[in-house]
Amino acid sequence: MQELYAHSHSGIHRLDARVKVIFTLAFVLFLSLAPARAWPAYILFLSLVLSAAVLSRLGIGFVQKRALLALPFALAALPLIFTGPPPTVLLPVFPGLQLSYSPDGLGRFASIALKSWISVQAAILLAATTRFPDLLFALQQLRVPKIFVAIVGLMWRYLFVISEEVLRLLRARASRSASLPGARRAGGSVAWRARVTGGMAGSLFLRSLERSDRVYSAMLSRGYNGELPAAESTPLAPADRRALALGVILLTFLWLLSLLTGG
Amino acid sequence: MDPIINIDRLSFHYPDGKQALFEISLQVARGEKIALVGANGAGKSTLLQHLNGIIEGSGQIRIDGLEVKKVNLGAVRALVGVVFQNPDDQLFSPTVFDDVAYGPIYQGLDKQAVKARVEQALAAVHMGDYAARNPYHLSGGEKKRIAIATVLSMQPQILVFDEPTAALDPRARRELIELLHELPQTMLIATHDLEMVKTLTPRTVMLHQGRVVADGPTAAILADEDLLKTYGLW
Repeated sequence: MQELYAHSHSGIHRLDARVKVIFTLAFVLFLSLAPARAWPAYILFLSLVLSAAVLSRLGIGFVQKRALLALPFALAALPLIFTGPPPTVLLPVFPGLQLSYSPDGLGRFASIALKSWISVQAAILLAATTRFPDLLFALQQLRVPKIFVAIVGLMWRYLFVISEEVLRLLRARASRSASLPGARRAGGSVAWRARVTGGMAGSLFLRSLERSDRVYSAMLSRGYNGELPAAESTPLAPADRRALALGVILLTFLWLLSLLTGG
Repeated sequence: MDPIINIDRLSFHYPDGKQALFEISLQVARGEKIALVGANGAGKSTLLQHLNGIIEGSGQIRIDGLEVKKVNLGAVRALVGVVFQNPDDQLFSPTVFDDVAYGPIYQGLDKQAVKARVEQALAAVHMGDYAARNPYHLSGGEKKRIAIATVLSMQPQILVFDEPTAALDPRARRELIELLHELPQTMLIATHDLEMVKTLTPRTVMLHQGRVVADGPTAAILADEDLLKTYGLW
């Protein structure tokens, strides 16, 4: 597993983490509030993200590669193509079997897929240009409830530990996945393999649970009482304020444009 | 007789460029028991994981004449049983029986044969009564024995251990060493437990920063205090 943060010396990297968090949230919010089929507005939202990617010196390819991860989630909107509002067109598939296809539904599906793809890029850019501790600190300063910040922070910390654990489990299994000379194809049945995988997932869960108990005991023994140390709040620098205001105004314009062009 | 393990100028570096092994050459005769010693980070575990192709470096490794490479991995893993340091990594099934049966089932043996293999393997580690137990609830020493059984059930010719006595209490450790004495397979044991090395393995290979720095009779190497001090084993 790799860190999300990718270091580079750019204005975007240097921007106050709070500005980036607020701007990213506003970006995603405005984009999701944009109506379906507002194509010109989507293109402007997209070009905004892409320009930020270029400015951050990470490059468009970097962001696109990571954004692919989010694609499967867009599939959740796929049924809209067939269940969208009338008018619907009946497509014959087999004799006696027809699919009802809704052009309006297709438009909505494309809008949702496009919007989620663009939003994910914004989130990726945020995570890639902000160190994780800075991100947590920003959330804390923005008065996100402490318990959430603590959960996110601990999750991030132990995600790496657990992914290492998964790697070791997989290695141990691979070591015992052998074949005999001249025997029929090795590997066992699909159902048996699935059961083994289930067993692995189960034991991983048990071990994570036990680890969380140990970690918590260790935290308690160092005086943890459910409170994180309070974040020292520093006011935003004037330049950061200007950047944030400018960004949010720009987003508002794009959103207004989407209201005019979509529908 | 041909060596059962023949490592010829094996080098390996991690994806981040850090080199872990430098041109390691090592021959192991059939039935030999060898200790692999060295400070933390010397490359012991990395070397062991090459033996059954879990990681691949440059150079050549032959196991019983068979080159360790992608097309041979299945056959090589039938010859080399690796017992990992943490038994929890190795035990992932709801019952001890299922775990010990994993290797044989994967190899495609029929039900009768699998059952026979499991019984044999559990008997060999003196854990015959544990087949129906849940591995998760066993003690450290018991888990270690089951982990060894999961490998024995594949009837390998070579047993490879990574820190077998780490985290065991004195009795479990003593019983494990007795068990290792009993098992007839060729053994390669990475360890810091020099007391065990003294009694168990006639030959010792010492690694330091990815290189073999000593290879010879255990008694001579353990008697060389300067050598042990230089390489962080004292």
